[in-house]
Amino acid sequence: MKGMTPIVKVVARIVGGFIFIYGCYIVLYGHLSPGGGFAGGAIIAAGLILARLAFGTTASQERSASISSSIFESTGGLLFLLIALLGLFVGGYFFINLFPSFGTPGRLVSAGSIPFSNIAIGIKVAAAILSIFVVLASTKYIFKE
Amino acid sequence: MEIFPVLLIAIPLGGAFLIPILYKAWNRLAEIVAGLCLAAVLALSIYLAFFLVPGKPLVYLFGNWPVPLGIAFAVDRLSSFMLLVVAILVFFSYIFAIRYMDHFTGSGKFYTLYLLMLVGMNGVVMTGDLFNMFVFMEIAGLSSYALVAFGTEAEELEAGFKYMVMGEIASMMILLAIAFIYAATSTLNLADISRSFAAMDKTPGFWFVFILLMSGFSIKAAIVPFHSWLPDAHPSAPAPISALLSGVFIKVLGVYAMARILFNVYGVSRASYPAVFNALLILGLASIIIASLLALYQKDYKRLLAYSSISQIGYIVLALGIGNEFALIGALAHILSHSLGKGLLFLTSGSVVYRVGERDITKFTGGLGKQMPWTSLSYNLGALSVAGMPPFLGFFSKLFIILGAVKAGFIVPAVVAGLFAVVTLGYLLKITNKVFWGKEGIKGIKESPFVMVFAMVSLVVLLVAGGAFFFWLKPHLLQPAADVLLKGTEYAEIVFRIGAGG
Repeated sequence: MKGMTPIVKVVARIVGGFIFIYGCYIVLYGHLSPGGGFAGGAIIAAGLILARLAFGTTASQERSASISSSIFESTGGLLFLLIALLGLFVGGYFFINLFPSFGTPGRLVSAGSIPFSNIAIGIKVAAAILSIFVVLASTKYIFKE
Repeated sequence: MEIFPVLLIAIPLGGAFLIPILYKAWNRLAEIVAGLCLAAVLALSIYLAFFLVPGKPLVYLFGNWPVPLGIAFAVDRLSSFMLLVVAILVFFSYIFAIRYMDHFTGSGKFYTLYLLMLVGMNGVVMTGDLFNMFVFMEIAGLSSYALVAFGTEAEELEAGFKYMVMGEIASMMILLAIAFIYAATSTLNLADISRSFAAMDKTPGFWFVFILLMSGFSIKAAIVPFHSWLPDAHPSAPAPISALLSGVFIKVLGVYAMARILFNVYGVSRASYPAVFNALLILGLASIIIASLLALYQKDYKRLLAYSSISQIGYIVLALGIGNEFALIGALAHILSHSLGKGLLFLTSGSVVYRVGERDITKFTGGLGKQMPWTSLSYNLGALSVAGMPPFLGFFSKLFIILGAVKAGFIVPAVVAGLFAVVTLGYLLKITNKVFWGKEGIKGIKESPFVMVFAMVSLVVLLVAGGAFFFWLKPHLLQPAADVLLKGTEYAEIVFRIGAGG
């Protein structure tokens, strides 16, 4: 995929980091404010996709991105399953709250295992949306050449 | 035994997420991981199906929230029976797929989707929560859409797309009904909904939601007015997936969900609401007659089997519509016998396609029986069982459906069901005649590889054993499952008694 004009590149360079940070914020504050793993993951993916669109990629980069995004996606899923299974081994119930009385309610460090589940979902969703984008982009490659 | 329901979800889900990481290192790891997961699921399902105490379901509370608050799994004998049906066919289809998928690339993706589909079906069967059921339906559904289009030929993509549109229309109907139910009862737990419904006025809106739900499940089950997607979708998938879709998928997402909502949540019975049951009876009869007649004209090996599936689903729906004890035992036995039988027939189609590469039966000159004796034998015995001939399991299932119909005084449906068993045999023997019997036809065809033959012959053995030990299976497997349906809304009381204490 070819990159875009210098105007887009400069704007993307400024905005891209903010979008990424904002996505991380939505994921991490998912248990306190609207948002959470899915919404934040989608925003992170938007940041990554913006960078790929603005600066362009080569075929080999597409390929390595498709491999790494599918690995990250599976890792996110496994992390979520691991949190649920830890509940089974530690508390005796699937999905039980791992840290029921840790932190103060309403602050960042609170809500037991929900923030960790949000992080796992955020990884999975960001990687999944990126991998959909990569597949569509590389299909375009195949048809052009 | 308490944690078995969780393991039945967690094991295949973990396998599905591990495969994309592992199979890049070594392709065969995908098959090994999937095989281990499926063997574990099969073992757990067999244990649950035979050793779960009737009337004492396992209620698993996620995160230890008591029943109406959190999501709960409620595994009773009906669920464990369906788990067994799913696990057997998924396991043998997997054994078949090990060699069959040599034709395709991307085995890692195949087994990931395969395990996710299993997660979805297991979840639908075990869950005691309406929205949770919808989510698991979507997991199973989305992976099946991808699997139908797995060959990525134009025809397969078209069938997959059509299947997806119809499947999502059904899902949207179910989701809309769930939204209405949540608005009216403020709960999503099946047992709690059942309690609320019992106290509710039966207004037209109440029945509107009921019809929305039943229509959604009917599309998923491909009962006749809603069947148009099935004859495209099921033949387009790779053979092991066709076997699963026709064998268990439509029964779990369609028939099981319908029966659970109908009997245990709405708590309707033939005595209280005959109109509901007459509607099911008519839909079932229409499915049997129309799909059988359409099947007679098919020229495509797998398409013929797909129409046959619609007609056999008709038998199950007919039996639900009759609604007495004999018919329900017959319906459950037919779920088992048809899943084994139709799964087997689709596997033989895969075996023929694997060696000959052709599905149009008018292009065969017969005589494959000499070159592929095991495939031919499996096909013929499987066809006899699906049609309902005596020594096999299929005979007893149809017998009980017809007995139930006679006992309830429905003579015409009983006669139609008996007559169309003969029509079933007629269209299935068409393939025998065109493909397997006769003089030596196509040169240089060998029997399929050992694992494929092994999968097919195992299913034949199960069908014969099921027929031989039917009167042992009936009290140990079918009767407790039918009792769950017959007891109706007592389901809610049992789930509350076990699950509400936390």
